[in-house]
Amino acid sequence: MTHLPYIVAAYVLAVGMPVVLSVEVLFRVRSARRRLQAIDTRRDRG
Amino acid sequence: MDARSSVAPPRTGKTLHRFANPGQFLRTSGKVLPWLFWVGALLTVAGVIWGLFFAPDDWQQGDTVRIMYVHVPFAWLASAGYFSLAACCFVSLVWRHPLADLAAAEIGPVGAGFTAICLATGSLWGKPTWGTWWVWDARLTSVLVLFLLYLGHIALVRAFDDPTRGYRAGAILALVGVINLPIIKFSVDWWNTLHQPASIGLMGAPTIASSMLWPLLFSAFGFTLLFIAITIARTRAAVMERRIRSLLMARASSPGGEEIPL
Repeated sequence: MTHLPYIVAAYVLAVGMPVVLSVEVLFRVRSARRRLQAIDTRRDRG
Repeated sequence: MDARSSVAPPRTGKTLHRFANPGQFLRTSGKVLPWLFWVGALLTVAGVIWGLFFAPDDWQQGDTVRIMYVHVPFAWLASAGYFSLAACCFVSLVWRHPLADLAAAEIGPVGAGFTAICLATGSLWGKPTWGTWWVWDARLTSVLVLFLLYLGHIALVRAFDDPTRGYRAGAILALVGVINLPIIKFSVDWWNTLHQPASIGLMGAPTIASSMLWPLLFSAFGFTLLFIAITIARTRAAVMERRIRSLLMARASSPGGEEIPL
């Protein structure tokens, strides 16, 4: 492979983007779920 | 009570509005999402490994042709993502579909990210092949305009205190920007561009060898499923966040309502 740095950079970007977006949305969903449960727990107590 | 049961009950009636129900969306997408994600991830890994290690070099481009296995799927998804964003905006403007607003707002950042990677991988291919990172070629410029349209939609949606006004303004921009999609598609036919014409079309047989076509299709299908899975997951998060906001506002406006520390 004579253009290895270009190829590796392209693959790192292409694979990295879905990975970053997936991890971000995973934390976002978990956080939203936790906050909803906290509200529901307080509402049930009240 | 969990997030799914705390949303409004399903509204019966027209099909479109039945699926607009957030509770129905959370239930259905919760079942589909793991399949979309894991099948997409498997196909992507297979396509990427196939393209990187096992597909043959091109007689003209040499090994830089391997960049095609990631660049082309991102280019397709940049346009397809914008089309789906515009479709959501159309549904939002015409039928006031509440989920369409959220979906459009969540497609925007994903589409912008994929378009940015399309431009970056294109530059990484252009430097060794054309000898330059960038040319003001009709195809490259129209994809750059697409990226700016995505950014404009993201900015407009977040520019207003009232989210509904942001969704309306963003929807109008998105629908006007649809004119750019045929320009991207046909730019290589209408103008004399440095970018090569399409090798794969819906109307004719592909002009690339099957040893290159199959890894490209694996990669394209895998990234497409990942795009859909990420967008659905983001829309699920947005539905839950909207529910949280409305619950907190209801609590704050009720007499003697206490603030909930979160």
